Amino acid sequence: MISDFVANLSKRIDSFLMGCIFFACIIGLFVIYSASGQDWSRVLPQFINMMVALTLMWAVANITPHWLERMALPLFVVGLLLLLGVALFGEISHGARRWLNLGFARIQPSELMKVGMPMMLAWYFARREANLRSADYAIAALMLVVPVGLVMKQPDLGTSLIILASGFYVIYLAGLSWKILAGGAGLIAVMTPIFWSLLHDYQRKRIEILFDPSQDPLGAGYHTIQASIALGSGGFIGKGWLNGTQSQLDFLPERTTDFIFAVFGEEFGLLGNILLLALFSLIIFRGFVIASRAHNTFCRLLAGSITLTFFTYVFVNIGMVSGILPVVGVPLPFISYGGTSLVTVLLGLGILMSISTHKALIASS
Amino acid sequence: MSLQRELRNHSLEHHHFQLRLSVAGSIVLFCFAVLLFRFFFLQIGKYDYFQTLAENNRISLVPTVPNRGLILDRNGVVLAHNFFVYTLEITPSKAGNVEDTINRISQMMEVSNEDRKQFKKLRAQTHNFESAPIRTHLTEEEAAKFAVNRYQFPGVEIRSRLFRSYPQNNLGSHMIGYIGRINENDIKNLDASGDLGNYKGSDHIGKGGIEQFYEPVLHGQTGFQQVEVDADGQAVRVLSSTAPIPGDNLVLSVDSKIQEIAEKAFGNRRGALVAINPKNGEVLAYVSMPTFDPNLFVDGIDAETWKSLNGSLDRPLINRPIRGIYPPGSTFKPFVAMAGLEDGKRHPPFSLSDPGFYTLSGSAHRYRDWKPDGHGQVDIQRAITVSCDTFFYGLALDLGIEKLTGFVSHFGFGKKTGIDLTGEIGGLLPTPEWKYRRWKQKWYPGETVIVGIGQGYTLVTPMQLAQATAVIANNGVAMRPHLVSAIQKNNGNGGTFNIPPMKQDEISLDPANVALVRAGMVDVTRPGGTAASVGAGAGYDIAAKTGTAQVVGIKQGAKYNAGAIDERHRDHALFIAYAPAENPTIALAVIVENGGHGGSAAGPIARKVMDYYLLGKLPADIVEASTKKPAALVEEELHD
Repeated sequence: MISDFVANLSKRIDSFLMGCIFFACIIGLFVIYSASGQDWSRVLPQFINMMVALTLMWAVANITPHWLERMALPLFVVGLLLLLGVALFGEISHGARRWLNLGFARIQPSELMKVGMPMMLAWYFARREANLRSADYAIAALMLVVPVGLVMKQPDLGTSLIILASGFYVIYLAGLSWKILAGGAGLIAVMTPIFWSLLHDYQRKRIEILFDPSQDPLGAGYHTIQASIALGSGGFIGKGWLNGTQSQLDFLPERTTDFIFAVFGEEFGLLGNILLLALFSLIIFRGFVIASRAHNTFCRLLAGSITLTFFTYVFVNIGMVSGILPVVGVPLPFISYGGTSLVTVLLGLGILMSISTHKALIASS
Repeated sequence: MSLQRELRNHSLEHHHFQLRLSVAGSIVLFCFAVLLFRFFFLQIGKYDYFQTLAENNRISLVPTVPNRGLILDRNGVVLAHNFFVYTLEITPSKAGNVEDTINRISQMMEVSNEDRKQFKKLRAQTHNFESAPIRTHLTEEEAAKFAVNRYQFPGVEIRSRLFRSYPQNNLGSHMIGYIGRINENDIKNLDASGDLGNYKGSDHIGKGGIEQFYEPVLHGQTGFQQVEVDADGQAVRVLSSTAPIPGDNLVLSVDSKIQEIAEKAFGNRRGALVAINPKNGEVLAYVSMPTFDPNLFVDGIDAETWKSLNGSLDRPLINRPIRGIYPPGSTFKPFVAMAGLEDGKRHPPFSLSDPGFYTLSGSAHRYRDWKPDGHGQVDIQRAITVSCDTFFYGLALDLGIEKLTGFVSHFGFGKKTGIDLTGEIGGLLPTPEWKYRRWKQKWYPGETVIVGIGQGYTLVTPMQLAQATAVIANNGVAMRPHLVSAIQKNNGNGGTFNIPPMKQDEISLDPANVALVRAGMVDVTRPGGTAASVGAGAGYDIAAKTGTAQVVGIKQGAKYNAGAIDERHRDHALFIAYAPAENPTIALAVIVENGGHGGSAAGPIARKVMDYYLLGKLPADIVEASTKKPAALVEEELHD
């Protein structure tokens, strides 16, 4: 009886992914405990965030891909309308207009777009599959650029980057011609110096600092330099859990959110970093397997995009903390404090699970 | 058959997808490899370096504030400099209970509510491990007292910070401006321009005058030190440091002696004076009366003083030369005359007989001359000398408003002069189009008539009037006016960068016409002219024009009676001049608010300035070390 019930509950859970997620969440809680200065009032809410996000993931995993496909268009339209709503009537907090007050709750529609965008584009390409023309790529690009622009204007560079990436991955996987990709890359290479020469001195300085924080050690470069000190002083095996000196004091800013990887790297060292990267690699690897085994275009594109987007979170965040990428506000999945990003990441993984576990059923029917 | 093809397409498409997925996978692997490489670099390669930096949690990045550049007058007289002040500073992350610490400090020395407020504000803007001052301007005694008891106050230290001082106090306050505490608005602007990092550790920023306009030059580049600190937050050892680059000194073209003479000559009257060297645009004096003491603003002005300054009827905070707007009155006439001559409308031997008023055809309205009986027969030269209104009424109408304002705009009216100060306004040269835009009304000929004598909508700033005078003195060549003539580098090899004279505009004027207007203006300061007393005994020729600007309109048929009118409703006195007339090296404009007649109120001020500049003659009240009159006396004089 009971084993039946458990079997039913976990029927749509991909056990490989679930194992990785479980480990990642445990690591996340331990790091939060350390980064917050052993503050349970940070650990408990994060635990609750995880429970909520895992429940949502389970719920999504139980939705059939067929239904996901039918939900794509409405989700996208609602997301777009809400984004317009934010632009017009949004609430300003911390200098950015991101929130929409619906009377009973405050929501952040840009998060919805992180899921809505790849679903919409996957749906679009799946529909156009039979006679795909280059115009379709242009239409897809337009559907991508408008919401991204709205989010960028809020301003929320990190989120707009993630949405842009998730949409681009669908377009790429759908078969955007290599020539256009190469041409685009070439165009950027050519335009960059021209664009550069058009900038004001102070704008150039801002961009230079973005890529070389040591030029402005007291201003914009402060975070990066402090993070490098924390990481570097971690050495090979790290200083040990709760023993990270840079992160325990006030030197490291935003140490429970965007810069939490510096805490991890200081306390667990190179060894810990390699293991964490390996864990993320396993999730990405599993995502690729699910995408390549998916039975139809919609599922393939969606699974591929979700996996690559997950990779983008990881790479941009760690790259920024370790000083090889400019500082943009992108959280580290499972480790950074905050419910919103947990929910979006786990919703994506829930979709992966749905695609992975429903395939057999549909194939046999 | 078709099913087969579909299947083949499917597998082909799937193959394409697999290919793209593999490419993406390779990129993922590559990116992760880059991260791993970076980890190796940071955690193995540079481990020792970062280990030192992180050692015992004691590394702190401390900004080193650069010395702000000095402001000097043309002879090297210091107008703004810096000095060190002891401050008592708290580092919140090291101090434990900050509130308690402050209370204990207050038992030892005075800590006012202002100090507490200021500290709270600064603390909100800085990192917890950076110190913020709870007290400034510590006396030697206070510093010594604290030093003895320092062990009781972890996280509290005595530091020295740079403060700005204006040794000449009120002299040229509007021109020099002042620095003040960096506020939220400043932070926003600095952030937008990408300069916020450079202001770490800086408390002040230029808020007015040259201090504001040349802020980027004066501030310098902030340096920083990585220091090792002990548990109390005391610096023990400097690990690495990048020295600050001091700001550059500014050398003004202004002569503070001329400035002093001019300000003294105003006494306690309100007004403005700008003197320019017409040949190169160097501003020699920049006076706005009354003045204020910029030192009051450096450490945050207290509410009461601010209220009394800001609320004063004399409006001492208004920067009159660039922000005060006045009708030019008759000082506008030489420029109108120039327009008439260049257009050929009033070329000699043209003359008219002035009955003392002017009427438009078909109207009974009389535009009165200031001299009720008229000036008799006048040609253009005499019209300037005696300031004949009737002559210019007719000339303005003949030229038409568009041609008139179009021509005089070349002298700089109606637009900013471009002087190196922030907040300049452009005055107003009215046109029918402007009037329609502003009032949705059509232009009447009568309005053209009064523009001829500098009345009506026409508004100028003293700066514009001085610049226009400089342009006419320089035969139509406009040099860009500027206060700063050289920048002395304080970094590296030093060196001085002289700001070259810059031609702004050139009006091609017939030399004969220029000479004619000049002759009219020279006669102004000779017997029979409207400012004969100003030229008396000068020893050099002064080309000048007087003016009077109405503050309150006078009804048709009523008479202006200065004595019967409230002091603040009296006419403004205006005076423009350049000298020596044949080869001018100084051009100036003076406005005395509610001063009455230009020749008698504003002229003598101009004369004192020119006497000193051209002859080195000091007025009687300057030779001796000047003593200030008691406030009570000043009050009395105001009401006499």
